[in-house]
Amino acid sequence: MLNVGQRSVLPGFRLTLGCTLMYLSLLVLIPLAGIFVKSSTLTWEAFWSTVTDARALASYRLSFGASLFAAAINLFGGLLVAWVLVRYEFWGKRFVDALVDLPFALPTAVAGIALTAVYSGNGWVGRWLEPMGVKVAFTPLGVLVALTFIGLPFVVRTVQPVLEDLDLEIEEAAASLGANRWQTFCRVLLPVLVPSLLTGFALAFARALGEYGSVVFISGNMPMQTEITPLLIMTKLEQYDYAGATALAVVMLVVAFCLLLTINLLQSWGSRHHAPA
Amino acid sequence: MGPSPTNRAIRPARRHRPTTEPLWVRRLLTGAALVFLALFLVMPLASVFAHALARGFGPYFSALADPETLRAIRLTLIAAGIAVPLNLVFGVAAAWAIAKFDFPGKQLLITLIDLPFSVSPVIAGLIFVLMFGAQGWLGPWLSDRDIQIIFAVPGIVLATLFVTFPFVARELIPLMQAQGRSEEEAALVLGASGWKTWWRVTLPNIKWGLLYGVILCNARAMGEFGAVSVVSGHIRGETVTLPLHIEILYNEYNFVAAFAVASLLTLLALVTLVLKTWVEWRNRALHGAEN
Repeated sequence: MLNVGQRSVLPGFRLTLGCTLMYLSLLVLIPLAGIFVKSSTLTWEAFWSTVTDARALASYRLSFGASLFAAAINLFGGLLVAWVLVRYEFWGKRFVDALVDLPFALPTAVAGIALTAVYSGNGWVGRWLEPMGVKVAFTPLGVLVALTFIGLPFVVRTVQPVLEDLDLEIEEAAASLGANRWQTFCRVLLPVLVPSLLTGFALAFARALGEYGSVVFISGNMPMQTEITPLLIMTKLEQYDYAGATALAVVMLVVAFCLLLTINLLQSWGSRHHAPA
Repeated sequence: MGPSPTNRAIRPARRHRPTTEPLWVRRLLTGAALVFLALFLVMPLASVFAHALARGFGPYFSALADPETLRAIRLTLIAAGIAVPLNLVFGVAAAWAIAKFDFPGKQLLITLIDLPFSVSPVIAGLIFVLMFGAQGWLGPWLSDRDIQIIFAVPGIVLATLFVTFPFVARELIPLMQAQGRSEEEAALVLGASGWKTWWRVTLPNIKWGLLYGVILCNARAMGEFGAVSVVSGHIRGETVTLPLHIEILYNEYNFVAAFAVASLLTLLALVTLVLKTWVEWRNRALHGAEN
């Protein structure tokens, strides 16, 4: 077992793996483990009452609800954008393709103030919605808008390569067997896209759950109404309630780890489904 | 008179092909996709510049030339200047070990490297407060020696390192795995040293992927908000990075200045997207030439 990796003639295995493990441990693993150690100094009752307190429960409802809803919007919007980018030609297509990655590149604080400006009562979109009785900024709807922005590229970027690699022949076969376009899409194309759609959905959901920067500007941060869980952690930290912040962080981390596991399983399912030709 | 030959030739092409949709469906779907992107991407992007220039170029440039803005720019450059090279070196080391060798637990290691992506930025800041803060494990030891990490520059660098940790490694691992190790083995068999093999064989093969990872890493390092916000303490002129400076200006209702500073980071994001598209295009051209 000791000479694992040594069978290769290439040098540097011990050096690079050693550096990687040390860096990873010091920067990521030990500090993250610290959260669990810190939370274990709480009694079980104290931990439980912190994480099931009414304000915490309201924040989970908003965080989970808005993240799921935003990921669902991105599931349909992302499939639509990926489809249009792969299948149709239109003016400015390469520009649009590059722009899809904007939420990855734009700092979240900038996204937060920009979305607030567009969707508040006198903003470019908000001024049209307000007379209809729809308030977006400083309501849970604002949280939804911010989380949709943050998760937008994920579904597009997971579905796009699969759609590009699809063989037109299977669609021709479906058409020659008498299927109309809608049947071909539902029965032939969609089943192939499902693993990548679900992976993109899960990635967008995971990203939205932890998001902080863009939401704090547009949500208004009212306890019990528009307060997401990461913001509640921040509030507890500002009040020097480290134990409370840590307890909530443990809940979020456990959920994040479960999601990470799900995403890994989905991706291995997808790569089995979609073996490169 | 029957239809002319040219007409007859055109007709089959006009008829609807079985592997695409009718024109009106194509137009409708394209329109819907563009409206979706306009609402969520184009309008916020345009609004940054519209609000920054709401009172003309004078207030815009005076907001940018403000000493506090300049100090925030300096701190952001320092944090990114430390985080990007460090994560570059470790990303390359991790990719080399993972892509060129076989060992048990490899899949687990890849998952662990991706871990910072699934941790909320607020938690990324919290872990360093718990380690190095006044009430943290190392807090008393550090304060005895007058070393300040939290609410100071080192904390900001640490938080930035954590959130940008996976970028370079995750770009390089799949790329280097796909390239295999036969080229490096050939170089070594022909008598090249390890370093020479790396510089002459591996690096030219991965340079575009490396550049791609560095671009994304840098964008995140300069734009990180949540994690840095937790460890910074918001001491004006000292521990305020550009994103935190935007928050302070915005909360003071100084909207023109907030959007002016935001426009700097927006320009950085646009440059990032252009470079990213260029690298992808380069990659595809190279890849196409090989096939």
